[in-house]
Amino acid sequence: MVVSLFTVAVIVFVLACFVGYHVVWGVTPALHTPLMAVTNAISGIVIVGAMMVAGGAVEVDMAQSDVLLDMMDVQEHAPEYSAYIAKAIGSVGVFLASINIFGGFVVTNRMLAMFKSKDKK
Amino acid sequence: MTELKSMLIPYLTGDTFALIYLIAGVLFILGLKGLAHPSSARRGNNFAMLGMFIAIVATLFHPHVVDYLWIFIPMALGALIGVPLALKINMTSMPQLVAILHSFVGMAAVLVAGGMYLENPQAHDTVAMIEIFMGAWIGAITFTGSIVAFGKLNGNFRSAPITFKGQHLLNLIIFTAMILAGICFVTQHSLPAFMIMCGLAFLLGFTLIIPIGGADMPVIVSMLNSYSGWAAAATGFTLGNMQLIIAGALIGSSGAILSYIMCKAMNRSFISVILGGFGASEEETAMAAKQASAAEKGVKSAAVEDAAYMLENAESVIIVPGYGMAVAQAQHALKDVMEVLEEKGVKVRFAIHPVAGRMPGHMNVLLAESDVPYDRVEEMDEINGSFSQTDVVLVVGANDVVNPDAKEDPSSPLYGMPILDAYKAKMVYVVKRSMNSGYAGVENTLFYMDNTYMIFGDAKEVAENMSSSLKGTGH
Repeated sequence: MVVSLFTVAVIVFVLACFVGYHVVWGVTPALHTPLMAVTNAISGIVIVGAMMVAGGAVEVDMAQSDVLLDMMDVQEHAPEYSAYIAKAIGSVGVFLASINIFGGFVVTNRMLAMFKSKDKK
Repeated sequence: MTELKSMLIPYLTGDTFALIYLIAGVLFILGLKGLAHPSSARRGNNFAMLGMFIAIVATLFHPHVVDYLWIFIPMALGALIGVPLALKINMTSMPQLVAILHSFVGMAAVLVAGGMYLENPQAHDTVAMIEIFMGAWIGAITFTGSIVAFGKLNGNFRSAPITFKGQHLLNLIIFTAMILAGICFVTQHSLPAFMIMCGLAFLLGFTLIIPIGGADMPVIVSMLNSYSGWAAAATGFTLGNMQLIIAGALIGSSGAILSYIMCKAMNRSFISVILGGFGASEEETAMAAKQASAAEKGVKSAAVEDAAYMLENAESVIIVPGYGMAVAQAQHALKDVMEVLEEKGVKVRFAIHPVAGRMPGHMNVLLAESDVPYDRVEEMDEINGSFSQTDVVLVVGANDVVNPDAKEDPSSPLYGMPILDAYKAKMVYVVKRSMNSGYAGVENTLFYMDNTYMIFGDAKEVAENMSSSLKGTGH
């Protein structure tokens, strides 16, 4: 008996929802804005998917012909054409996710630095 | 990089990556756990950053990734935009920043789904196609929904609910059409079906959020936060990447819990928020303003100096800030008032209602920014018992959250909403620009009570005059 990757993913997903539920209820209401900012940054993890797409290999024999010209001929070279489009789309995904990651973590850090107790001043 | 990678190849198995991603996922959980208290929060943020760093580095070593230029250039550009944005953003505008960042995640999820499909259009099995479909439509709704939320928060769109007849029917039709296009995409592997499905999902994000009023934005921003998580989780399913699934589930539940807390604090069901249309339309607001100006004679107004005199002779004072404080940027001036009063031996605390502001915890951040220590700031449940032993309550730019009708008048639209019991205090000063009603468009009976005095004016000016008047009498 082999468990499929999909089933494993479902198990992880359900358990992670429970973990999330308990951890988030433990967050103090005063920090709900930083919580949203940090989850924003964490959701930038889609960058992993975008990197896979953007950095993927394109199986074209570059030496064989003028690639750019070939790309014009969509029908004949559909797979390569499609793969380049995919890479470009992935790059835009990397770009957007990076704004989230850098922006989200920096702004969270900035906010958390503001929370001081009386004694520390 | 490439040489290092070829050296490591024997070790770079699927299991290695799964374990590395697991470590990074656990770091995310620790990151959120740190937010349980302000003292551990920054460490938590560092854990989350480390988790992200590990995930990105691990992905660079992934055998599938061979082309680094396509990754590093957009990543550097993203950092170049994200870091200055985060450093410059005004804390009052945090809801806008969060909304726009949600939209980026949504769009990124759509792009990853589209990219995964285009990489090899015919090679995916049905489960993979369904996963791509899920990631794309949740991402697309998050994208346009967040853009609309951003526009409403930022004042690009009217913040009043925009409603029309047959709105829900229209949404249902769009949703059904989107699902049909999705089914066509999954079974036929058709690119046009994918494009149509995405287009409809983009449209749906727009039509879903447009009827929702400004006062419901804390719920909507939290809900879109949740969606961005589910979109990430769907991407994780597509890739079979457990860290994305863990992160997505964490964010999804976080946003869902925040929406729930916000709904409860407004005594509204999640469904009624989603259906929209709550909050006064512009005509109603005008009507209420007219009524209010007629009723203005019924309230007692006070001069700033009188209030200052009462404040410095009080033993304990509670300040109730609302969104009006944020709009007037009065938080720094209020902090000065707090400091002068504390020097005179008055106990000062701030009381925060969960839906004060435009996003969960917004007031806390604004007060923290103006150096109010977090132990002076209390949540509704912590402080509600203290109002009856409090000499003076100063309400600054808050309205519905202190309306006693919510407790006493079953006919009020606010009835059942938990409020800050400001009316129980010996004396209440309400700083307000005019007698205009709050978002719910209802009269506030607190303003007409015997122990309530109104101070009309801009919250910032009033607070500044108050602190200078307090300082003046000290000498």
